[in-house]
Amino acid sequence: MSHPTDPLFGIHARALDVWQRRAEAIAGNLANADTPDYKARDVDFRKVLAQAGAQDAPLQLAAPSPGQIGGAGDTTNGNIPLEWRVPMQPSMDGNTVDTQAEQAAYAANSVHYQATLTFITAQIQMLRTAITGGSSS
Amino acid sequence: MSMFKIFDVAGSGMAAQSLRLNTTASNLANANSVASSPDKAYRAREPLFAAMHADAMAGGGDGGNASDAAVGVQVTGITTSQAAIPSHYEPGNPMADAQGYVYGSNVNPIDELVNMISASRSYQNDVEVMQSAKQLMLKTLDLGK
Repeated sequence: MSHPTDPLFGIHARALDVWQRRAEAIAGNLANADTPDYKARDVDFRKVLAQAGAQDAPLQLAAPSPGQIGGAGDTTNGNIPLEWRVPMQPSMDGNTVDTQAEQAAYAANSVHYQATLTFITAQIQMLRTAITGGSSS
Repeated sequence: MSMFKIFDVAGSGMAAQSLRLNTTASNLANANSVASSPDKAYRAREPLFAAMHADAMAGGGDGGNASDAAVGVQVTGITTSQAAIPSHYEPGNPMADAQGYVYGSNVNPIDELVNMISASRSYQNDVEVMQSAKQLMLKTLDLGK
């Protein structure tokens, strides 16, 4: 979507991508709550944030093919790594989805997404104030 | 906008769970069916779920970067239970064979009720996920207002 430090919206445009991707992963987990041998996935926000911060570091290790072990990784174009969830109560059919935990994560993720939206809206309003000189448009 | 993938994923989950409810309904309806031979007797049906990855789903990945986040559910088939078919001695039954036996179904009503509850809960989860995703998308449309 954008460079990690977007000149207009800072890190928020990028964060929106991450929350969206996380919502997708958790939706997949919930849809597969009854699928045998399905392993739950999630996005580690801290890790993605660290990667976005390390984006300007010089000479990164290239990972041209998917699955190849690379450096911090290029997270600019929607390439947000997924982690496996560690099950709290493994089930007999090999499924690692804990429905309640996933529901909680999905709800928290929605709140985070809305918070990011609020940040972006505030930024837009600030710019609008600067453009119009404070007179309400 | 890959938020639409959530609809695909939750939709596939709802389709799978409603099929599971269908098989449960069929099993419960046929719990007392009888047949004149063990081959013709009703056997409990159960759907087989498997994870369906993004590249196999409609829409595909975005921008060539195959995202493996969106994992839907697919029903790979419907299995029939291999549990023993119970036989009852009912010489008066028009379906009885030469020895006077009729063959019932191997449906376990308790299993089916548990399945029904589980399926309906999972279906509700998918509906909630879809509703939240819809709300978030609408809020995104209102960005900057």
